[in-house]
Amino acid sequence: MQQESTYNYRVVRQFAVMTVVWGIVGMLVGVVLAAQLLWPDLTFNIPWLSYGRLRPLHTNAVIFAFGGCALFATSYFVVQRTCHARLFCGRLAAFTFWGWQAVIVAAAITLPLGYTSGKEYAELEWPIDVLITLVWVSYAIVFFGTIAKRKVAHIYVANWFFGGFILTVALLHLVNSAEIPVTFWKSYPVYSGVQDAMVQWWYGHNAVGFFLTAGFLGMMYYFVPKQAGRPVYSYRLSVVHFWALIFTYMWAGPHHLHYTALPDWAQSLGMVFSLILLAPSWGGMINGIMTLSGAWHKLRTDPILKFLITSLSFYGMSTFEGPMMSIKTVNSLSHYTDWTIGHVHSGALGWVAMISIGSLYYLIPRLFGREEMHSVKAITVHFWVSTIGVVLYIAAMWIAGVMQGLMWRAVNADGTLTYTFVESVKATAPFYAIRLAGGVLFLSGMFIMAWNTWKTVVGAKAVDAPILQPAAAH
Amino acid sequence: MSDFNNDFWSVYVAVITIASIVACAVFLKALSSKRVPGSAVQTMGHVWDGDLEEYNNPLPKWWMWLFYITIVFGIAYVVLYPGLGSYAGVYKWSSQGQWDKEQKQAAERFGPIFDKYAAMDLKEVAADPAAREIGQRLYLNYCSQCHASDAQGSRGFPNLTDADWLYGSDPQSIKTTILEGRNGMMPPLGAALGEEGTKNVAHYVLSLSDMTHDGLRAAKGKDLFGQNCAVCHGAEGKGNPAMGAPNLTDRTWLYGTGETTIIETISKGRNGHMPAWKDFLGEAKVHMLAAYVWGLSNRPGSQ
Repeated sequence: MQQESTYNYRVVRQFAVMTVVWGIVGMLVGVVLAAQLLWPDLTFNIPWLSYGRLRPLHTNAVIFAFGGCALFATSYFVVQRTCHARLFCGRLAAFTFWGWQAVIVAAAITLPLGYTSGKEYAELEWPIDVLITLVWVSYAIVFFGTIAKRKVAHIYVANWFFGGFILTVALLHLVNSAEIPVTFWKSYPVYSGVQDAMVQWWYGHNAVGFFLTAGFLGMMYYFVPKQAGRPVYSYRLSVVHFWALIFTYMWAGPHHLHYTALPDWAQSLGMVFSLILLAPSWGGMINGIMTLSGAWHKLRTDPILKFLITSLSFYGMSTFEGPMMSIKTVNSLSHYTDWTIGHVHSGALGWVAMISIGSLYYLIPRLFGREEMHSVKAITVHFWVSTIGVVLYIAAMWIAGVMQGLMWRAVNADGTLTYTFVESVKATAPFYAIRLAGGVLFLSGMFIMAWNTWKTVVGAKAVDAPILQPAAAH
Repeated sequence: MSDFNNDFWSVYVAVITIASIVACAVFLKALSSKRVPGSAVQTMGHVWDGDLEEYNNPLPKWWMWLFYITIVFGIAYVVLYPGLGSYAGVYKWSSQGQWDKEQKQAAERFGPIFDKYAAMDLKEVAADPAAREIGQRLYLNYCSQCHASDAQGSRGFPNLTDADWLYGSDPQSIKTTILEGRNGMMPPLGAALGEEGTKNVAHYVLSLSDMTHDGLRAAKGKDLFGQNCAVCHGAEGKGNPAMGAPNLTDRTWLYGTGETTIIETISKGRNGHMPAWKDFLGEAKVHMLAAYVWGLSNRPGSQ
């Protein structure tokens, strides 16, 4: 069988290209939302384009369309390369691509129309939830099937993270989206009240922990050592932080529900395990950044490494900030403010997007039989544009968030509130402008990437690399 | 505690929690105490994808200590604060308790300020500049969302600065409105009056305040008004403050005027809801607000 002598790059190529496309779509919607906060009448009161409908479209597009495609592309690439085996069941892999694109398109249609289950990051209605389940089970079969037919005894660390991510997301989706359909486009969750809130944030936080962290750590464990040309810093550290990370993340959800109807004991556990999560999170950052020891000089000239290492810095920052914000006293100031939005984007843009972008710049030329991207210089420009964009974004939201928190709690000598809510909105406006500028910069970077990808791909031949023989055991 | 329907679940949660936190420490200890063979750092001896290898550097010391510190903090926290099932923690802290305490402190600190005014007549309070400032601050936080920052209201939300009052202009009525809330319900009469009848009544209503109207229709509408509307708005259309029925002879229109709007009001009805603030703000603060609001359309101290 001639086919079995090469890797299946076809599905990787498809997902890689769609990552760039959905990245632009998702971030464009984000920029529109940021502009709406400054100019509420921007979209002429068209219901489909109202903030409340576009917002879930933005989150779904960047997390599941952009982030999801990046994870599919890299995990399919990495699992083949590190198992020295062609992807298990190519047809099923092709189904995961088309199925996932169908999910995204369905989301892009139903969310603006107002069909929503009302659960944050799980807004899609039940028919789409069913499709997600089918795609995800197929994904698991393809991924673990490939692991099963590997030609090397040891499973590479990146695959632990991808595997953990795939299994946990299946669990999260099935539990949180348990719902009773009423009509074809309406369902109600099987949980109610505070139980529903708890299940929702158990899901919500682990979506961050497994979809947006474990999966992308898998990416990091392949592309950082590859691009740096150095061995991973510490096998032992990867074992400790992998198990500690997947174990403690599971508990941290209740920190989204501080000072609510959730019982105090559950809130405390959310806070305690969020703090314990700090070291396991930093384990990944250390292992990634220290992999570069002995090759620091490469950072000066290699924009792909710049992306990868900067993303790890943002990862470290966000995972310090997160536990800090889970402390009840801090949370009583930060909750419901734009600080949360800043925190999310330091993770989403700084970590998730930048590690994906760096990995794609490594990946894309190799999928099309080229040495490197059409323009390395454009990668450097992209790096600086997006870094400045992220910094503007999160700094603006930090300041705005702390300011809002302080304004909301300020009281006069007679105990009345010093500021009305609308005064805090007015005070936030300049920071919304800075945030918009940051978002526009980040989006421009994606356009540079799209141009560079186009130039790399057009005229190049899609190439499926031959399967590498495993190195002889030492 | 009501969180658990029996003790088993409380113990279950407590045991799993403690075991999980301790397990983190044991796991960390187990993996960090194995000595790294040899003095030089070596790779693990596995190679993937041509050149992927792994060193086996020891865990960074500072990182291990960070991990241990968070574990120790976690255990200390669940001993001191509620976290282990229904165990209340050494400090007996609860979010309800914290709220009660803060409410009590606030009542002790700010209570006397409001008590002083609560004992005064509403008109006297309205004449006190310091009280008016407090009233304004309360107004901006709790009332401006509907009645606007300048208290001039908007469609469906009464203007509080004019002399027109749906439920009476005396300060006590205003206070009652804020304390108990109001439900201003105009029933939909479209079905009862029919399309023509509705239009005729609308023209009669327009005629009450001398606005442009079709005299013939107004004449036809007069009897219909008497049969259907006068119960609340009075035979002369002057309204009834006892039930909040608006005076239709003046130029104040809560939902707007003109034929189309009035037809809409008559046929579909209206529902105005003013929430009750008694439980949320307490009577003392409502007293300040009532005085402030009354003062907006009266010159306090002049009578």
